[in-house]
Amino acid sequence: MNDPLLKLSGLTKAYPGVVANNDVSFNIRAGEVHALLGENGAGKSTLVKTIYGLVKPDSGTMTLEGAPFTPAEPRVARAAGIAMVFQHFSLFEALDVAENVALGMENPPPMRDLAARIKEVSETYGLPLDPSRIVGDLSAGERQRVEIIRCLLQDPKVLIMDEPTSVLTPQEVEILFETLRKLQSEGTAILYISHKLEEIRALCDEATVLRLGEVVGTCDPRTSSAREMAELMVGGTLHVPEREIGESGETLMKIKGLSVASPAEFGTSLKGINLDIRAGDVIGIGGVAGNGQDELLAALSGEIRTPAGNIFFHDQDIGHHAPDLRRSLGICAAPEERMGHAAAPDMSLTENAALTGRKRKNLTKNGFIDWASARTFAEEIIERFDVRTPGTANAARSLSGGNLQKFVIGREILQDPQVLIVNQPTWGVDASAAAAIRQALLDLAAKGAAVIVISQDLDELMEISDYFAALNEGRLSPLRPAQGLTVDEVGLMLGGAHDMEVAHVDA
Amino acid sequence: MLTLEKRPQPSQFWSYAAPLVAVVLTMIAGAALFASLGTPPIEALSKIFWEPLFGEFNFFYLPQLLVKGAPLVAIALGLSLGFKAGIWNIGAEGQYIIGALCGAAVGLAFYPMESRWLIFPLMLIAGALGGFAWAMIPGILRVKFNTNEILVSLMLVYVAEQLLASMALGLMKNPEGMGFPGSRNLSQYASSSSWIDQGYGMHWGVVIALIAVIFAYILFSKHILGFQIKLAGQAPRAAAFSGVNPARLVLFCLGTSGALAGLAGLTEVSGPAGLVSIDFNVGYGFTAIIVAFLGRLNPIGILFAGALMALTYIGGDVAQSSLGLPGAAIQVFQGMLLFFLLAVDVLTNYRVRIKQGAVA
Repeated sequence: MNDPLLKLSGLTKAYPGVVANNDVSFNIRAGEVHALLGENGAGKSTLVKTIYGLVKPDSGTMTLEGAPFTPAEPRVARAAGIAMVFQHFSLFEALDVAENVALGMENPPPMRDLAARIKEVSETYGLPLDPSRIVGDLSAGERQRVEIIRCLLQDPKVLIMDEPTSVLTPQEVEILFETLRKLQSEGTAILYISHKLEEIRALCDEATVLRLGEVVGTCDPRTSSAREMAELMVGGTLHVPEREIGESGETLMKIKGLSVASPAEFGTSLKGINLDIRAGDVIGIGGVAGNGQDELLAALSGEIRTPAGNIFFHDQDIGHHAPDLRRSLGICAAPEERMGHAAAPDMSLTENAALTGRKRKNLTKNGFIDWASARTFAEEIIERFDVRTPGTANAARSLSGGNLQKFVIGREILQDPQVLIVNQPTWGVDASAAAAIRQALLDLAAKGAAVIVISQDLDELMEISDYFAALNEGRLSPLRPAQGLTVDEVGLMLGGAHDMEVAHVDA
Repeated sequence: MLTLEKRPQPSQFWSYAAPLVAVVLTMIAGAALFASLGTPPIEALSKIFWEPLFGEFNFFYLPQLLVKGAPLVAIALGLSLGFKAGIWNIGAEGQYIIGALCGAAVGLAFYPMESRWLIFPLMLIAGALGGFAWAMIPGILRVKFNTNEILVSLMLVYVAEQLLASMALGLMKNPEGMGFPGSRNLSQYASSSSWIDQGYGMHWGVVIALIAVIFAYILFSKHILGFQIKLAGQAPRAAAFSGVNPARLVLFCLGTSGALAGLAGLTEVSGPAGLVSIDFNVGYGFTAIIVAFLGRLNPIGILFAGALMALTYIGGDVAQSSLGLPGAAIQVFQGMLLFFLLAVDVLTNYRVRIKQGAVA
């Protein structure tokens, strides 16, 4: 058992302008859950893509069960016993579970046999799943099961999981962990990628920490503290956002019985949402992705118009107001998807600054755009939010995800809104920038604005929210003070385990 | 192995160089085409590009450049608004015909009155309104019922052509025309002629095209509406988030392009064409699509592209008559121009890399 199953030595991969992996070496033993830790951009993805045959390393070698392992493509890696569950699912929503699984196989067996095998595997590993259900109707947790079962049908020796819990409630995470422990007891090695330290402490036997493409340390997560691991990851001490807890002010915005059909197919409609938004409050709205987050933001920003009597701002009914009119009143928003929704990828940063800033920053006169002022506004965003870019003339698509996120959030905050709604404000942003964004949101609330943070990162919500509510299948729970809420309570608010069964782990 | 790699930024250099490279490539491929038809290629090219501009008879051809270029530029400018926003008006030919019919109807209705300052402005308004109304049909159908404006606007071209034939042979037929089909010749009356100076090819259509270039330039570089049009075309969700009203945008783009096509039709029927006849339309509305893309949907670019396209028409005629080149060869030559432009255009957003090894 002590010989490594998969041995990586000296893996190096450089892209133009950046070394993604530099001399990375570590071993994974059979039956081990090995954590791969690191911030965004630390090189985790490149490394697992190398193992999975998607990326060819510039130098370095891998050995699998003592034999050299150089997968030219994922098919070869899969045949050798490497399986991977990606963070973003590659499933067809209109097909059923068995059809989706068959699409990922080299030689799919006849459908009836396959359905039987899916049932068998799913029950053995405590992941009950009906092979005939349409994927579009499944919850995120169930979709992940489809991906996992797709992998398990190959009898993998090494299972790679990329941020598997980002779409799960705490209860669903527990079920997943039971499954992973069972796999582990059967001798499967699991490479577990995450930046959620508490999870890693609960699950993993060993952790390798990457920073800027290099291994900066290994540790035993069961004995190291979360803080120690975080500091290894960041390479410095972490700045925790500070705030003074103030009194809630007057009610700025009121949502009464808001029900909206989702404009997207397989979207989630909002059902009877009530919410009082008061000055100075930070309201955290948690929930697993796809439970109505996009629709809630769109209804508040004005992208979806609603019937009269549902949304009020200072007692004025604004349900039919267009986004620009709401911005003039002081309601700003930043959607989750940066490329193509919050920002136009092919337009310059100056143009993107004018995209939402034109009303509150007075960037137009009689319909004519004052490009000089727009450029000044873009420069201000870049400077205040530390956006790394050569200049305002650059296209938004040339920015990295984290930098564009800073630009988008900065653009809204610098408009000095009375109500700011943000969805996943720190998604894909490195830890220090995330801290800066959270601090800016808190500062805005301290100045008397109301801030609504929609996020799937519960740690983030607990860190900055005064009040917490959960969005589950388009319904919003009543607000509760965030202080004193336990993880279990939050999990139940998020819909608990969504009626998923707990793993039946045989002794 | 050659691979295409997306550029982080669109290349400034290639966005200007692409049309020039495309013209050069068209000349090379065109020369090969003409040679294979047994025509001396250099001579053919010089007939097309040199003769009309600097040849012996350029006093005749240069005014033609204005006459043929003006409707192309005016229509292409209108189309470019919609094309930028992802609204595909393919039926400018129909709007051109209806504009001409409406304007001509006003002119003919006032015959034999001679008040130019009443009649011609009324004709302009009627022409613009006619094109506008014809374009509103696909516009309103799209906004209300989400129909495809490409199909509706295209099919309306054929309706307009039938209407034109009916008018030329029926309602608008010249009562003093000895039974010949076609209306009275509007260009012969001071009250309804769009000519300013026929000797130089100057008519009101040229003026309108030039004014439209200026307005379109200001719209796209300075005005919020131009910004919203670009935004809606490039990132529809970002446009909705920014507050663009998609229905209003569809109606504005289709309406403007219809009105410009209508004006082009009216100034043509009351000037260079002179009368409403069965074969009044010669395909400007379709060629303008090429002009719009050749000019990179940029107002100044469209001005040059319209001039170039007009030149190939006139030069093509010269080559046809003096070298006996078939008309189809000239059309292939014009088609190649768009083909090469679209091909070279890839270089604006992608760069070509030569990759070693890795043969699958």
